Amino acid sequence: MNAATKATRPDAPPADASGAVMVVGGGIAGMQSAIDLANSGFKVYLVEHKSGIGGVMAQLAKTYPTNDCAL
Amino acid sequence: MNIELLPLTGVRSVEGEAGDFTVHLTQAPRYIDPEKCIACGECSRKCPSKVSNDFNAGLDKRKAVHILYDQTVPLKYAIDAEHCIYLQKGKCGNCAKVCPADAVNFADTPREFSVRVGSVVLAPGIRTFDPSAFDSYAYSRIPDVITSLEYERLLSASGPCQGHVLRPSDGTEPKRIAWLQCVGSRGNNKCDNDYCSNVCCMYALKQSLVTADHAHGEGHDQAIFFMDVRAHNKSFEQYYNQAMDKGVRILRARPHSFLPGEENRGVRVGYVNEAGEPLSEDFDMVVLSVGLEAPAEAKQLAETFDIKLDHWNFALTDPFDPVATSRKGVYVCGGFQEPKDIPRSVMEASAAASAATAGLTKGRGTRTAEREVPAAVDVLGEPPRIGVFVCSCGINISSVIDVQDVADYARTLPGVVHVENNMFSCSQDTQVAIAEVIRKHRLNRVVVAACTPRTHEPLFRETLEAAGLNKYLFAMANIRNHGSWVHATDPKGATRKARDQVRMAVASARHLAPLKEVTLGVTPSALVVGGGVAGMTAALGIAEQGFAVHLVERETELGGNARMLRVTQGRFETAPYLASLEKAVRGHAGITLHAGTTVADVEGFVGNFVTRLDSGTELRHGAIVLATGGVGLKPEGMYRYGEHPRIMTHQQIDAGFMDGSVDPKALQSVVFIQCVGSREPGRPYCSRVCCTHTVESALHIKRTNPDARVVVLYRDMRTYGQRELLYKEAREAGVIFSRFSLDHRPVVDVVNGTITVTFRDHVLQQDLTVEADLLGLASAIVAPDVNGLAQMVKATLSDEGWYVEAHSKLRPVDFVTDGMFMAGLGHYPKPLEESVTQARAAVSRVTTVLSRTEMTLAGTVATINKAKCVGCAVCWNVCPYNAISPDEKGFAEVNEALCKGCGLCAAACRSGAPDLRGFTTSDIMAQVSAMLG
Repeated sequence: MNAATKATRPDAPPADASGAVMVVGGGIAGMQSAIDLANSGFKVYLVEHKSGIGGVMAQLAKTYPTNDCAL
Repeated sequence: MNIELLPLTGVRSVEGEAGDFTVHLTQAPRYIDPEKCIACGECSRKCPSKVSNDFNAGLDKRKAVHILYDQTVPLKYAIDAEHCIYLQKGKCGNCAKVCPADAVNFADTPREFSVRVGSVVLAPGIRTFDPSAFDSYAYSRIPDVITSLEYERLLSASGPCQGHVLRPSDGTEPKRIAWLQCVGSRGNNKCDNDYCSNVCCMYALKQSLVTADHAHGEGHDQAIFFMDVRAHNKSFEQYYNQAMDKGVRILRARPHSFLPGEENRGVRVGYVNEAGEPLSEDFDMVVLSVGLEAPAEAKQLAETFDIKLDHWNFALTDPFDPVATSRKGVYVCGGFQEPKDIPRSVMEASAAASAATAGLTKGRGTRTAEREVPAAVDVLGEPPRIGVFVCSCGINISSVIDVQDVADYARTLPGVVHVENNMFSCSQDTQVAIAEVIRKHRLNRVVVAACTPRTHEPLFRETLEAAGLNKYLFAMANIRNHGSWVHATDPKGATRKARDQVRMAVASARHLAPLKEVTLGVTPSALVVGGGVAGMTAALGIAEQGFAVHLVERETELGGNARMLRVTQGRFETAPYLASLEKAVRGHAGITLHAGTTVADVEGFVGNFVTRLDSGTELRHGAIVLATGGVGLKPEGMYRYGEHPRIMTHQQIDAGFMDGSVDPKALQSVVFIQCVGSREPGRPYCSRVCCTHTVESALHIKRTNPDARVVVLYRDMRTYGQRELLYKEAREAGVIFSRFSLDHRPVVDVVNGTITVTFRDHVLQQDLTVEADLLGLASAIVAPDVNGLAQMVKATLSDEGWYVEAHSKLRPVDFVTDGMFMAGLGHYPKPLEESVTQARAAVSRVTTVLSRTEMTLAGTVATINKAKCVGCAVCWNVCPYNAISPDEKGFAEVNEALCKGCGLCAAACRSGAPDLRGFTTSDIMAQVSAMLG
C-alpha cells in the first residue's frame, strides 16, 4: 500500500467501534470474510499469526474437482 | 485499502461486548522494514541458517530470513528470530550487508496496540492429523509412508521437487502408490477422531488423478484403500468416475499391516479383500490421507474470546445459525466450525461477514476511506509525450541487463521525451518523483520497464492518477521476470530483449487513449426469488442490513421443502425454527412479500434491474438472489413405488412422522434403500442429504421402538463431517447396514399386500429376503424446471439443471453475471444448515453491491464498429457475460455495464467490428510491428 492511500486512512483512534470488524486468520475463509466486509463499507483488521496470509489452501498443489491451481 | 493486514500478530485479550469490543494485540518484530523490502530475495540467498520448511511440510529447508511462499501477501521477507544467527549470537548479519534496500532492522521490537471493533470473525483454519504416534500406520518407521499434505507439496510445481514426485527413501520416482483413507478420522480407537473429515476422499482422488496424468511408461499404479467413497458435492461423483476411468484402483479394504520393503524402501501392504482373501502388495510409497483437526490455538482462542467449543475443540454452533458462536458479536467460519472443503469455507466466510455486520449498520462507512483523485488533464489531440522509467530493481535487473544501455536506447524512440533509470521504480519516493516528472515534462504517456503488471500495474496507475493523468495511459515492459530472471546467464541477450520489450511498450503507449470509467447509480434494494428457508434467510438478512427486499414466492405459503423436513443434524426440529423464521420475515418492515406470483420478465444489470411480476407489479432493484429450491424425485417405476402405500419417499415418511400417520411404535420391520435415482447413469450426482436423512429416520424409529428391525441398504454411507456420529449411533442402536452394488440391486416385491425386499448380504455373500411394513426410498433431489427464469436473467444451468456459479470454489454464491447470487438447493442439494449458510453468504454478496451509492466500471470494455458489423451473432454467442446483444437493426451492441473486457468478441469476429479499449487491434499490431521492426 502506498503513501497516497495511507495518508487518507484515519489512523487516529476511531470514534465508533461499529464501523470496523476484526477477522482472525488469513486463510481462504478469513480472506474472503475480510474482502466482503471491506466491500460492504467496514474497516477490517485482518490478524494473521504467520508472516503472510494464504493459509493451508496455498499449500495445495491443485484443487478438486476442476484441478485448478490453488494459488 | 480498507483492510489493514496485521501479520505476525496475536490477540492478547478482548474487552467489551457485541457492537463495541476493544481487542489488545501484539505484533511480533519482523526485523525487515516492509516499507523498504522489495522482495528481491538477496537476504535469503546469503543467509547461512537453514530451518525446516513448514510450508513444504518439512520436506526441505528454508532460511532464517524467508517469505512463506512466492505469492504470499505481504510479499516481504521476515526474519525468524529463533533461528537467526545474528539475533541469537550477535554474529553474521549477512542479510543486512547484502540488502540493496537497507530494509533489515535487527533492533525491531514487538508492538502492542489495541483496536476497537464492532464484531469479530474467527477463521483460524484447521491442522492436519499427525499420524506419527500411531504404530499401525508406520509413519515414523518407514520413510516411504508419508502424509497427504507432504504428498501435496511433492506434487506442487512450487514444492521441493518442482512437481516431479520423488520418494523420501532414495529420491527415485515412485510408480506404485497407495492411499490409505480415514487416517485420524471415523474412528476413536487410539485418540483419533470419530467424525469424518469431509475432504480426504476427494483429495485422495485428486492426488491419484493428478499422479495418473503425470505417469508415463510402464508399471504405474494408483490404489486407494477406503471405507466409503464420499464424493457428495457438486461434480464430485463425476470426478470419482473419472478417476476410475483413468484406472485408479478403488479398493474397499482396511490394510492390517504396513511393513518396510527391502532396505527400508517402499512398503508392503497387507489387507483382506472383499471376498475375504488375505493379500499382500508392494508399493513404492504409501500416502496417509490424514484428517483435519481443530487448530492448535483453538483452546486459547476460545479462552480469549470466551466462546464455547465442542468436545473436539471446534467452535460450537447451531445448525440454524451456523456462523454464530456462543458469544454475541463473535462469529466463526471455515474449518474451525467443522472440517469442510473450500467452497463451503468460502460460503461460510461470506455468511460470517453478513452476520457480523447485521447489528452494525449505523457504523457502515464511518471508518472506511476512499482515495481522492484529482481531475485528469485532457490530453486528447496532443502528440505523444512519453516518459520511460527503467528500473534496476536493486540489482535484480541491473546485474544482468545493462539498464543504462536500455535507457539510452529508449531516448531514441519516437515520442519519448523523458527517460530515467531508477534503483527501485516502485519505491515510495520514486512514486512521488514520477508524479513530479509527469507534471514538469507534461508527460501524457508513461512506460515503466520493470517487473510484472500483475503485481505492480495498480501502483503505477495510482501514481498517474495522482499526477492528474488518465490511468490507462500506461504501459509496462516486464524486463525482470521475462528478462533478467530467465536469461541470467546471457546478459547481452537479455539486454537486447529488454530493448525489444521497451520498444514494444513505447509503440503500445503511442496508441493508448484515455479511457472513461462509467459511473452508475445503484438501486438499494434486492429481489429474492423463492420463499423457502434459503430465500427467507436471504430476505431477512438483506433487510437486516438496511436494504429493501422484494420476496417473490410462487406458492401462497412460505417454507418450501423445509415444511416436509422433521429434523436436521439428527436432533434439531425444523418446525419451530421455520415458524420463527417466517414470523420474522412477515414482520420485517423492509420486506415486501409477493406470494402467489412469479417473475415474468427481468431487464437491466447490476445496480439497476427492473423486474415485472405476473401480478403486474414492477420492481426496481440493484441485486437478485435466486433461491428457487429443489424437488424430491418421485421414484416412479423404481422399487415398486406407488404399488403399496407403505413404500414411501423420505419426505413422505417425515410428513408421516410429523402428522402421526407413520407411528414408529407400530413398526416391526423397516427397510431403507439408498441412492434411489442418484448416482445412476442418467443422474450421475450424489444428492448429498439422503444418507444422513435415512440415518435420522432410522434412529428416530430405534429411539422410539428399540425392538423394531431396521435395515439400511446403501452403496456408500456419506454421513460426512460430524454427521458420522449419527451413523455410529445408529449402528450402536442396532440398525443393520448392508451394502449393495449396482449389479446386485435390492429387489422389492409386493405379494398379497406384503412388501418383501431381497438383497445380497456382502458379508455372508448370500441373498436374504426380509418382509417390511415400511419401505423408505431415499430418492434423489432434482432441480425444478427453471429454464424460463434462467433465460430471463441470463443464468447458466448445468446439465443436471443446477445454477452454475461464477467459480466453483472461490465464488460459490455468485452468478457470472454481476449482481446476481444463488442460495439453497437450486445450486446443489444440501442440508438445511448449509442452505442457511449459503443464504447468509448471498446476503453478504448482495451487501457488497447495495452498500455502494454508485459503481465505477472499468474503462477496458469492447466497442462495436457498426459500419463493419454484419449481425452474424458470433460475438453475442461467444460473450460469456451476455454483454452483447443485437440492436433494433440487428447489429451488435455492447452493454458496458456487463462487459468484462475479455476480448473474446474481438478475437471471434470475422469482420473486425469489435475492438477492446485499452487493447485495441491497432495497439497490438503496433507492438507486433515494433517487435519485428
